[in-house]
Amino acid sequence: MMDWTALLPPSAALVLAPLLLGIINRTKAVFGGRKGQPLLQHYFDLIKLLGKGATYSRTTTWVFRAGPILGLAAVFVVVLLTPLGGVSGPLSFTGDLLLFAYLLAQMRFFTVLAALDTGSSFEGMGSSREVLFSALAEPALFFGLAALARQTGSLSISGMLAEINTQSWLLHGPALALVASALLVVALAENARIPVDDPNTHLELTMIHEVMVLDHGGPDLAFIFYGSALKLWVLAALLVGVVVPMRTGQALLDATAGLAGMFLLAVMIGVVESIMARVKLLRVPNLLVGATALAVLALVLVVR
Amino acid sequence: MNNLVAIEGILIAVILTDLLLLGSSRLRTCIRMVGIQGVVAGLLPILLHHAENPLRAWLLAAGSVAIKGVVFPLLLLRVLRDVGVRREVEPFIGYTSSLMAGVAALIFSLWVGSRVTLPGTSSASSLMIPAGLATILIGLVVIITRRKAVSQVLGYIVVENGIYVFGVSLVGGVPALVELGVLMDAFVAVLLMGIAIHHISREFDHTDVDRLDQLKG
Repeated sequence: MMDWTALLPPSAALVLAPLLLGIINRTKAVFGGRKGQPLLQHYFDLIKLLGKGATYSRTTTWVFRAGPILGLAAVFVVVLLTPLGGVSGPLSFTGDLLLFAYLLAQMRFFTVLAALDTGSSFEGMGSSREVLFSALAEPALFFGLAALARQTGSLSISGMLAEINTQSWLLHGPALALVASALLVVALAENARIPVDDPNTHLELTMIHEVMVLDHGGPDLAFIFYGSALKLWVLAALLVGVVVPMRTGQALLDATAGLAGMFLLAVMIGVVESIMARVKLLRVPNLLVGATALAVLALVLVVR
Repeated sequence: MNNLVAIEGILIAVILTDLLLLGSSRLRTCIRMVGIQGVVAGLLPILLHHAENPLRAWLLAAGSVAIKGVVFPLLLLRVLRDVGVRREVEPFIGYTSSLMAGVAALIFSLWVGSRVTLPGTSSASSLMIPAGLATILIGLVVIITRRKAVSQVLGYIVVENGIYVFGVSLVGGVPALVELGVLMDAFVAVLLMGIAIHHISREFDHTDVDRLDQLKG
């Protein structure tokens, strides 16, 4: 009999993930002095897209149609692995952090394949950028996870995030802060947020993620939007699990604290996007290697 | 215990400023980083030696914060403005590679730090020696890989900071007079280098040190 609290994190993710994007947009609107779109706009978009038909180019094959579905399936499994605050997800075993990272990589892989399948040189360019930056973000993610694993003595995402409490912040505060900042950069890079990519731009020379999904439409596009909202949720949950050390043992209380952390993080991402410019494309590797350096520093601090 | 956490925080801040210095392309940012590093490192004696000799600790801290945190950055920013050097660092190797070199230096220093035990380090954190060594090595990396004369001065100050951190972890013994003398030397050296940069710039219209080797013969 499974503990019912384990169902909290995935259901929260499935229901609230698009809301996170709404909060980010609203924050940006407030900064820009605008009223902004409704908080639930992304739900409306998803419903609208799901009601439409899809158009497929004659040059595309089944790979193009499979991409969004497989990507969404991969991120669904990741959602099952992800805890919210201190509340563990329904699926957790030793070493699932590898599965966590590579299911996200798989999602990206299918997005890239689908983009390449269109035969458009434009989408090929976006794919190559996406793959390059994610390859650079991966060491940062893994060194950060390794530092967490070493500090908490657990090799599963839920396990190690459940171990982090106020005590570990007092003892290993600097290391955890370094891991958190590395994870923040990874989350921003992986989700194509501002210092790395601008989610709003449709200028051919600047965009990375958006360019790959240009040819998708209708339900496929809805799958991709929902998938990337879930991906943002998952990486944000990882970060919030490190930063919010609320572990009372009462699932509802912990989950509420985690949820509040998520929304605060969304506001913070909105603030970052409002006050920072996008980093020059050539300088992005610099940023990611810097994040890796932070994560390595955290790792040597906890190993020492 | 609380003290130890604060000391580790300071040491990590020193290492972070090292890495930021390696990774940033703007001379202005680099100067600021070195200034922050000077202030942060200058606070160490207060935490370490306050119990033994409060007056000396405060004197040392005040001296090094004033010189490294205020005088050096102001001096260098002034040089930057007067000479009109371009604002980019222009390294010989890329920022990413310098960052990796910095991480390698850090890991090497941690390895050395775990091997070497020095007398009189019982009170301090075990991160002290690695942080000092890494800062010295990263200062050397900056001196070697950067083209601008201003960056070389920055590297020199970073090396000095590293020696300072390293030394503070060992003292108990070094008299305040010696410490202040070292500080004075560093000050004079940076002042002279500032003047030298002026002269280089006036003679050659640039401050790229890699072209100075063509002067021989």
